[in-house]
Amino acid sequence: MGVTVNGVEHVREVEPRLLLVHLLRDELRLTGTHWGCDTSNCGACTVWMDGLPVKSCTVLAVMADGRSVRTVEDLEGPFGLDQIQTSFMDCHGLQCGFCTPGMLMTARKLLDDNPDPTDTEIREAISGQICRCTGYRNIVAAVRHAAVAEALGRGDT
Amino acid sequence: MTGTVGGCAGPGFGSVPRKEDGRFVRGRGRFVDDIALPGMLHGAVLRSPYAHARIVSVDTTAAESHPKVRAVITGETLAARDMAWMPTFSHDVAAVLATDKVRYQGQEVAFVVAEDRYAARDALALIEVEYEPLAPVVDARRSLDADAPVIRDDLDGRTGPDGRGNHVFDWETGDEAATGVQFARAAHVSACDLVYPRVHPAPLETCGTVADYDRISGKLTVHATAQAPHAHRMLYSRIAGIPEHHIRIIAPDIGGGFGNKVGMYPGYLCAVVGSIMTGAPVKWVEDRSENLMSTSFARDFHMHGEIAADADGRILAIRVSVLADHGAFNATAQPSKFPAGFFGVFTGSYDIAAAHCRVTGVYTNKAPGGVAYACSFRVTEAVYLVERLVDVLARDTGRDPAELRMANLLTPDRFPFRSATGWEYDSGDYPRALRTALEMADYPALRAEQKERRAAYERTGAGTLTGIGMSVFTEAVGAGPRRLMDIMGLGMADGAELRVHPTGTAVLRLSCMSQGQGHETTFAQIVSHELGLPIDAVQVVQGDTDNTPFGLGTYGSRSTPVSGAAASVAASKVREQARQVAAVLLEVAADDLRWDVGTGTADGGNFAVAGVPGISVTLREIALAAHGGLDLPDGVDGQLTASTVYNPPNLTFPFGAYVCVVDVDPGTGEVDVRRFVAVDDCGVRINPMIVEGQIHGGLADGVGMALMELVAFDDDGNHLSASFMDYLLPTAMECPAWELAATVTPSPHHPLGAKGVGESATVGSPPAVVNAVLDAINVRHADMPLTPAHVWRALQGRPIRPDIAIR
Ligand code: FES
Ligand code: FES
Repeated sequence: MGVTVNGVEHVREVEPRLLLVHLLRDELRLTGTHWGCDTSNCGACTVWMDGLPVKSCTVLAVMADGRSVRTVEDLEGPFGLDQIQTSFMDCHGLQCGFCTPGMLMTARKLLDDNPDPTDTEIREAISGQICRCTGYRNIVAAVRHAAVAEALGRGDT
Repeated sequence: MTGTVGGCAGPGFGSVPRKEDGRFVRGRGRFVDDIALPGMLHGAVLRSPYAHARIVSVDTTAAESHPKVRAVITGETLAARDMAWMPTFSHDVAAVLATDKVRYQGQEVAFVVAEDRYAARDALALIEVEYEPLAPVVDARRSLDADAPVIRDDLDGRTGPDGRGNHVFDWETGDEAATGVQFARAAHVSACDLVYPRVHPAPLETCGTVADYDRISGKLTVHATAQAPHAHRMLYSRIAGIPEHHIRIIAPDIGGGFGNKVGMYPGYLCAVVGSIMTGAPVKWVEDRSENLMSTSFARDFHMHGEIAADADGRILAIRVSVLADHGAFNATAQPSKFPAGFFGVFTGSYDIAAAHCRVTGVYTNKAPGGVAYACSFRVTEAVYLVERLVDVLARDTGRDPAELRMANLLTPDRFPFRSATGWEYDSGDYPRALRTALEMADYPALRAEQKERRAAYERTGAGTLTGIGMSVFTEAVGAGPRRLMDIMGLGMADGAELRVHPTGTAVLRLSCMSQGQGHETTFAQIVSHELGLPIDAVQVVQGDTDNTPFGLGTYGSRSTPVSGAAASVAASKVREQARQVAAVLLEVAADDLRWDVGTGTADGGNFAVAGVPGISVTLREIALAAHGGLDLPDGVDGQLTASTVYNPPNLTFPFGAYVCVVDVDPGTGEVDVRRFVAVDDCGVRINPMIVEGQIHGGLADGVGMALMELVAFDDDGNHLSASFMDYLLPTAMECPAWELAATVTPSPHHPLGAKGVGESATVGSPPAVVNAVLDAINVRHADMPLTPAHVWRALQGRPIRPDIAIR
């Protein structure tokens, strides 16, 4: 199979049952993507596949054949951190950091689709993800913070 | 950076961003499953499908011939090394791999080491175990029946027909006679049966390890999810017979603990044996089902409480009896002289003349554990009991629950306060906390709204019902004075070591271990506060037994009360060394020097000659001089380095007042937590942002336990909550935007005035949510979790027993 991960193409022989999360973590050593449940409930394994967030514990690696996958390791660009990363730090949107990569990938997608989400829209967007540490409040605040910062950056008023 | 918090001005304290976040937002944290060592093999555990069964035979032949399998370990393999059983934290033993019987579903039976994780799992299916099923004990209330099957027939004297076969302990506290006197003179007594059901801490990262045994040096390195690395090292040494100095425990980043990662689990030990047998590093990481089925559960307290009051509504006494379900092995992780943990603080925040409680622990065919999930050694159960009883009393006597509480709270002039069960509360101002919470919530307006909604519902049969619940809790954290508190004989004092380098930056070595609490930041702030150095100039080392002093680890909200105090003491020792060096540098007597902590620049604080303006020397200058050729007086060592072991004189007693507002749909039983107001007082706050974050997390725990979390079993002992599809956790949709406020009542005995806070909200919030729901539906009592089905049934007058399968 062949898959592009964070812009780099990988061609591999894989077992048909190999999960995408294990391909990323064990074979490609991109360990930023975590797993917390195996049942699609926690969202710690969230990555993008062809631009859409998926739970990589519930995607077979072969299903990513010919597609492009983006993980948390790709958020930081040549000019520094993505705004959502900065906002999570500024708003204390993480504690143990285990849910964080998944939260960041979902939040980035939300802001790309809806640059000015309400708190309720943010809560809905992350409702497939579990955080055991933060009680979500500062995660919601971080996403709002990023939305405002990006609006300012664009010169929106 | 400068902050002013709770009267503690100066550099260091304040809501500064966390030093650890940079790696986590990049996906560059290093959790145990991220570790890949050269040649590393993978382990998997075969688990019992039965709750109670005799093992007739275990056949590993087929598994061993799997081409990728490198070792198969059974109870017999371990027995040959005298490792089939391990000591628990509570004077019992627990099976590592079962040899005689399995005693709960999910118990460890065999361990496979293979070349990859998939192959290890495949090979599990090739192991043939013949079981002879036995009747299980699922209902704790049946465990002491004369005809109950005896679970622990491995222990001596357990087979008599005396109904004691599954008995673990009896423990009591308080004064039974004095309590009886108060009950006899009471104008009113309210009684209630309450179950605090079995729940699970379920950190997002499960438990795991990479064990790496070096056959040549005899050195064992264990990378593990360990909240208490030093205590674990001693345990590995005892169990595996490897000298303690040959064992190095490294706790990498930990993805949440909440007490789940305090215990010693068979998977850890099997990975060690696997590494010894194969000569290669062995990784074992449990999956979510394994985590929920086999690792430390929490609570499972069946309580009968009585509360007595006089005709004016003054609470006179509380009497409690408890049946504690400890599972198949008594492995509660708590100070060893406290078999029911700190449940003894069940008199809560009130001025109560007398109290008594009796706790009986029993074995059942369920996983061991019981003290976990941010419970502060069972203060959760104590707070739930008293805060529910006070609400029941208010209801039974027609009083407003806020007024009843306010009238009975301890007032600030009573501190330090010795409770009826012998605890000395260090400091508190409870009425202020409750007043603040009620004002923030606008309590009178909420009551008015509640009335209107109920009237509308009764008129039209449509709409939702509003409920207002509260709790005023007192926590007991920071274990603890080593005279009273030990774990397996290890006194609960913590070491800390601080060194200031020649260029004026510093390294602080701690015995405790963060699982998300932000130690790298908070503890650097403590040093910054003491020495005036920038927070970034202080490196914090934790979680590596080869590079940190001994101490008992992070749980029970003890890091700030114990290790935080140790860091503060070590830093003041360094400051006093610096004074001696400064005296030589400035050619004055040490007593003539005045310390000025400065503003947190790279120079650090400075010593100035009293009364002589302009003559001073900075910590940075002193640090260089202390490492140089200076002629120091006798008794003054060169360099700037200090270590200490902090033995806390008492626990710290943080407290708070919570108000929860819910809307309940009586048609569906669905509960919406509309608002949650939390006023917490944990003394001086070192980093208020981190404190508030921990409170947020604990409040979500409270919503989870009150409304959805439950480890349930069917009559055969089958675990019904073994995935996140069945063990429900709150998401962002179930959590409101928490409304927080702080009051600050410093601890008089902690060097920084700080108290622990990590578990306050988990301890304090469940009764507030439950009280709110029951207030909405006008039901005297129903047990957690108040799921829609459960609320609906309670409304029909048919409450559910949550501890065994919902029926
Ligand atoms: S690991 Fe994929 S959703 Fe939990
Ligand atoms: S920060 Fe720990 S799970 Fe979210």
